[in-house]
Amino acid sequence: MKFLRKIFDNAHEAINKNEKTKKFFPLIDSFDTLMFTPNHTTKNGAHIRDAIDLKRTMMFVILALVPCLLFGMYNVGHWHYEALGETATFMQKFGIGALGVLPLIIVSYGVGLGVEFIIAIRNGHAVQEGFLVSGMLIPLIMPVDVPLWMVAVATVFAVVIGKEVFGGTGMNIINIALTARAFLFFAHPTSMTGDKTWVAGIKDMKTDGVLADGFSGATSLGDLAGAKAKYAEAVIATTKGKSDEIVQALYDKGDIAASKAMSMMDSFWGIEIGSVGETSAFAALLGAAFLIWVGIASWKVMISFFLGGLSIAGLFYATGGDLAAGGNPFYAVDPITQLMYGGFFFGMVFMITDPVTAAQTSTGKFFYGFIGGALGILIRMGNPAYPEGIMLGILIANVCAPTIDHMVIQANVKRRMKRLKTA
Amino acid sequence: MSEVKVKEPLFSAKNKKLISDPLSDDNPVTIQVLGICSALAVTVQMKGAMVMSVAVIAVLIIGNVLVSLMRNIIPPRIRIIVQLVVVAALVIIVDQVLQAFVYDASKTLSVFVGLIITNCIIMGRLEAFALGNKPWASALDGLGNGLGYGLILFIVSFFKELFGAGTLFGIQVFGDSAEGTGLYAMGYENNGMMLLPPSSLVIVAIIIWVQKARNPKLQEA
Repeated sequence: MKFLRKIFDNAHEAINKNEKTKKFFPLIDSFDTLMFTPNHTTKNGAHIRDAIDLKRTMMFVILALVPCLLFGMYNVGHWHYEALGETATFMQKFGIGALGVLPLIIVSYGVGLGVEFIIAIRNGHAVQEGFLVSGMLIPLIMPVDVPLWMVAVATVFAVVIGKEVFGGTGMNIINIALTARAFLFFAHPTSMTGDKTWVAGIKDMKTDGVLADGFSGATSLGDLAGAKAKYAEAVIATTKGKSDEIVQALYDKGDIAASKAMSMMDSFWGIEIGSVGETSAFAALLGAAFLIWVGIASWKVMISFFLGGLSIAGLFYATGGDLAAGGNPFYAVDPITQLMYGGFFFGMVFMITDPVTAAQTSTGKFFYGFIGGALGILIRMGNPAYPEGIMLGILIANVCAPTIDHMVIQANVKRRMKRLKTA
Repeated sequence: MSEVKVKEPLFSAKNKKLISDPLSDDNPVTIQVLGICSALAVTVQMKGAMVMSVAVIAVLIIGNVLVSLMRNIIPPRIRIIVQLVVVAALVIIVDQVLQAFVYDASKTLSVFVGLIITNCIIMGRLEAFALGNKPWASALDGLGNGLGYGLILFIVSFFKELFGAGTLFGIQVFGDSAEGTGLYAMGYENNGMMLLPPSSLVIVAIIIWVQKARNPKLQEA
């Protein structure tokens, strides 16, 4: 410890000697406070000091992300060997996965913190810690095979346009990690969706023809969306008067695609194709337990998000669609399995709960979470273009949060005004 | 003794400001935030954006001059209707001219040429300037504001076409994306978001940001 302290003291001294290097103070200071609790005390005014400052908060969230990260690495390796049709040991899978995921993390942190440092030195303020969590979240919500330069561009966009424009950490309107993902989702859809990006190295496997038989490389939701498209084609073929065999063949193709979707338990544990860290509901729930225990994430938001998703999924499941009449295969999935798919649990634990973009009022948190979950599942099940909608649902909820707070406060004002008048 | 009226030179300092102001500190799009809708919609290709700018400039100048000539005989209570008739007539003429001479561009711009009539810049300049100024000054004001609008369209469409399609005025800059030459051989891909209207919003916002950061006078408290 003494050794570390000495390094930082020397660094501080070195940059203070020269006028020109003084502006790099925020750089040294940020690494210093990352390692050591700052020892300066507030000089005047009333103040409350808590042991858990912004950096400690961020570190706790990263700790909560560790199960998702580790499981994600294993899962990436698992599907890599599954696609090849080979068997492999646990460590082999984990190693391949780590090789796929680590570059994403390095690029995300390197680029994001680089931008933060440039802005901090330019504006002469301390480096803000907000990116510590975003930098870990970004790789976890990307497909493993997304090109690294795209991650870099998206990270720059998210940090500058998503955050710094609004005034830096704590001032952003929408979730930064999701801004990065949404940017790529619309800018480079072929690298963010489909069946050529979710499994490490699948593009080369397809061109080399070494892919295992019957392996599609699509996510469960992608399979369902594929089935949906086939059923729709079948209905069009029927109306056009095509022969029964052609129509039946289309239905069969749809059935095969739909049958590839994972079972509920596989999805719960996370043995499923998807973005790096979001496949396992179990790992996300471990993180949730930790975050609620240390008091960082709001259980109100999580519960209402879950209920929002469950109610929409349940509603569609109950009203159902007739598959034979070209119905929507998403409706045929039972609500719990529906929620296990895709990024629902990861979004519930780490995205919607982001305290900066969430609603602040206690009642508002219930509305906010419910809107996010309900919209996310609604977009997933109803939208013809996007197989997954949790990201968009959360972003829309982010945008609604200030309005929700405003309405909650106004309702409270109105109630108390009434009491005032009657008294 | 009749007083000799000093004739103002055609390009006096005041008149020059009529053209230069809308290009910088009083830009109709970034400062007055008018005409945003078309700036979002027609900026996917630079060619379309340029044709649109020329059309708007033509309508603005002629409209401004016509309304300025009639400014003393228009009854104030029906002035909006009169302005609308003038603008509508001009827009129809411009639309017909475009269809006759640059049919392709007219087709890609589709409904937006007709929608010039709803462009807030035009009604705004008629109301705010042409109704109270002489024809020559009004013409310069129309030209200035039209150029200010065109400048923003030029910048926005430059970035949108360059990063969205890898071309400028239809000429390949980054190489052939279909055949994978140039930058595309290195794994570069066009940014699909740049072809969608929301990206114009981001680019316009960045222009406003840069402009206000450089000129503290424009910053609101």
